Amino acid sequence: MPAHHAPAPERPASDGARSSVSRRRFLGYLVAAPTLVVAAEMGRQTLFGGGVPQASATAIPSPPLPAEVYDLLDLIRDSARPTANLIRIEVNRDGTVSFALPRSDNGQGIITSTQMIIAEEMNLDPDQVVVTLADARPELVFNQLTGGSTTTFSTYTPIRVAAALAQGRLLDAAAAQLGQEKSVLTSRTGLILGQNGEELPFGELTEAAASPVNDAVEVVLKPREEFSVIGTPRTKSDARAMVTGKKKFLTDLQIPDALPTVICRGPNLNSAPRGVANLDEVRSMPGVTDVAQVRTGVAVRAVTFGQAVDAVNALDVSWDGGTVEGEDDESILAAVRRAELPLAVPQTPGETVEGEFVFYFRSNSALETNCAIADVRDGSAELWGPSKSPIAAQAEIAQELGLPQNAVTIHVTEGGGSFGRRLFFDALQEAAEVSQVMGKPVKLMWTRADDSRQGRVHPLATTRVRAQVTGESVSSFEIRHTSVSTEVNPGFSEGITAAVAKLPLGNYSVSQAIYLTTQTNPYNVGVATSLLNEVDMRFNTCSMRNIYSPDTATARELMIDQVAAKLGKDPYEFRSGFVKLDRFKKVVDRAAQEADWGKSMPEGTAQGIAIHQEYKGIACAVVELDCRPETVNRRIREARTGPRVTKVTYVVDIGLVINPRGLEAQMMGGINDGIAMTLTSGLHLTDGHFVEASWDNYFYTRQWNTPPEMNIVIIDDSEAPEPGGAGEFGVAATCGAIACAYARATGTVPEYFPIMHKDPLPFEPYPTVPPIPPSPTNGLELAR
Amino acid sequence: MSTHTFTLNGERVSVEVEDDVRLLWVLRDLLGVTGPKYGCGINVCKACTSHINGKAFNPCATPVGALSDSDEVTTIEGLADGDDLHPMQQAWIDNDVAQCGYCQPGQIMAAVALVRRSKEEGRKIDDAALDEIRNICRCGTYNRIREAIKAGADTM
Repeated sequence: MPAHHAPAPERPASDGARSSVSRRRFLGYLVAAPTLVVAAEMGRQTLFGGGVPQASATAIPSPPLPAEVYDLLDLIRDSARPTANLIRIEVNRDGTVSFALPRSDNGQGIITSTQMIIAEEMNLDPDQVVVTLADARPELVFNQLTGGSTTTFSTYTPIRVAAALAQGRLLDAAAAQLGQEKSVLTSRTGLILGQNGEELPFGELTEAAASPVNDAVEVVLKPREEFSVIGTPRTKSDARAMVTGKKKFLTDLQIPDALPTVICRGPNLNSAPRGVANLDEVRSMPGVTDVAQVRTGVAVRAVTFGQAVDAVNALDVSWDGGTVEGEDDESILAAVRRAELPLAVPQTPGETVEGEFVFYFRSNSALETNCAIADVRDGSAELWGPSKSPIAAQAEIAQELGLPQNAVTIHVTEGGGSFGRRLFFDALQEAAEVSQVMGKPVKLMWTRADDSRQGRVHPLATTRVRAQVTGESVSSFEIRHTSVSTEVNPGFSEGITAAVAKLPLGNYSVSQAIYLTTQTNPYNVGVATSLLNEVDMRFNTCSMRNIYSPDTATARELMIDQVAAKLGKDPYEFRSGFVKLDRFKKVVDRAAQEADWGKSMPEGTAQGIAIHQEYKGIACAVVELDCRPETVNRRIREARTGPRVTKVTYVVDIGLVINPRGLEAQMMGGINDGIAMTLTSGLHLTDGHFVEASWDNYFYTRQWNTPPEMNIVIIDDSEAPEPGGAGEFGVAATCGAIACAYARATGTVPEYFPIMHKDPLPFEPYPTVPPIPPSPTNGLELAR
Repeated sequence: MSTHTFTLNGERVSVEVEDDVRLLWVLRDLLGVTGPKYGCGINVCKACTSHINGKAFNPCATPVGALSDSDEVTTIEGLADGDDLHPMQQAWIDNDVAQCGYCQPGQIMAAVALVRRSKEEGRKIDDAALDEIRNICRCGTYNRIREAIKAGADTM
């Protein structure tokens, strides 16, 4: 098989030209209804081919790793193909157009970008498009998963097909009504305009445009050259609601009788309750309505969350030792090391460069803690939650409650951050169980300590790299990533495993599939391999703005700097010369130019450069890092200070850009995540539990860590024809660049991350029993 | 249980609850004022930041019994003047700051107090002043927050 040929079956080859792609015909559906309703199938449109890497001739070309020809985005889209399911757009009598997005928005801005995509195709103002989040729809199977930075990539074309069909029907209806040829009509902001200045609002045409029968119709999409909405910066549609406090998150909802509920959790990770000594005493505490033992602890329902927390802290519970009793960071690391796969490429003449890097546990706790509302009755259940995989949640909860799946309704609410966390629906499961046991509706919220100590974590992992440098080139580059296993969502696995079976690579486990479809090597470095091994150790893990890439990129980029040094090349010069594609080289060169790469820097400070390829895109970060003692040792109360990233230049080519303002925001968030992951934010496992209980223990990036200067450059004339993934794409290159800058500023290559993980803890750990640090009482004294 | 009376967003409110319940839960669970958010409950994340008599404070660390009859509490819901947004809210929109939006009510209330305080002290809103802000944004919007505060300070 030629190395550079897309292997996936049923994928037509790209004709390469942007404009002819736009003229391709797609299939849309008219849905029988009193007003105009159109639909398109997710994942069944004609697909774009390739973007296939063409190796440059300057170095030993590396055959593409699997992810370069068939990556996670392809996998998630292709896995949806066999499911005959429809996304629907409706033209309402009031002239608005509505669409229920089968995805979860936790701040990534996909509601706004979806409004823009529909508005573009129908010549509307985006404000005229009403996008809501769909309830769990089992028939969508894999198509209601929000993860892996896939949303825009997988919904872009189906939504356009439906919108274009609606536009065509409205034009037909207007042509009939006006007695004019369709070709002389135009439309703007929800009006069809006749040739004599007639204006027909969409709302008045929708009945005439409606179809009495279901019908399949061929559709042509608007050519990219005519875009006027896509590619223009747009503020989030709910910006005003967010700055006025009107946006409703889960715990802001007032569901009748769903009173605040908190679960008392054990001292160790996943400790299970054995019994409660003082149930009656706690039941009589102020505000408390119910106390009940459940699988994960002892639930308290009360009039206010404050009273529920007080009652939780008063409970006298006996616990088992949890799932990692007696373990700590170093014992887990030793177990991971025992599972490391060997480096396999035979040594060839030349010099070997090797490195091994450790990545400690990191917390994937959003600012809105894990939460859900449940109202379980005889024979039915209604739940609310910011779920990214509501179908899987519906199936599993129905089973747990002993109800048929269609008796369980799950409403998807907007979430206060996710980063992968809300792929897991443990809060929904808990809320359902508690509601069933108590026989009452509950508004369940995890406390911050719950989220930090018992929540989901980015797994501890090691990355080993060995490169062989021969003469003026690199003959091999091997990566072995070994990790505490990363849990994948149960609803995830169906679709993925189905798709994986079609890969020419054989029958891999789900995590192997994700690894293989996300990991690439963007350089021409001869024989390039990248392998994963995972060890199941009963941690609660999940993706955190990517699973493997931030770690493997950190290791790879540190080693690339060492390889460059062996070849006598500057880090930028090497990257510019050894990247596989001209598209990548443009990004690297632009970053170096924007950042003034190589400028004179004071001793103890340095620039670092790194690249990352994923999500159909390429990113290059250049950071400036200040490691001088006066900076590292600056003191701020209850804080990690340490090395300061003073400037970040981030150049990204993500293909077609829908909303540059939203894309920039995603990069900014990813950069701040990368700073935390590389420098400050680790969880410490000690004697079977995580030490960190809140934000004064777990040091996510704060204002005193964030770079005062940030320059995000979006390539807006990418040769890639489709939107790639954005949500996770700011992290990996940032991590690599910071690690490289640290090595250059200090002369020491860091061997573990976060770099400050083994520094003395700047706090006294909170006790594990009682489980929740009590609220202070001095708020008024601190008013300023 | 006792009755607590204070002014909330310009209106007199009375609520009956134990003295030691923190104001955050009185606002959210009893009065239905949900702009101030829970992010830690121990005055670290600052997601609940609101104003008392014009100064920034954290309801999660304030027992309702500590309030007096004359205290004026302002949450994000009371910052705008009717439909006219506060200049800081407008700066937030102009800079498209919010991502998920969960921390932003607290961020804006903290920013308004910071600018007021700095003006009284004759201090500039520079990087050092911005570095002192303790509010967490887990989406990582820090850089737009900085830009918005500078813009909002100019128009306040």
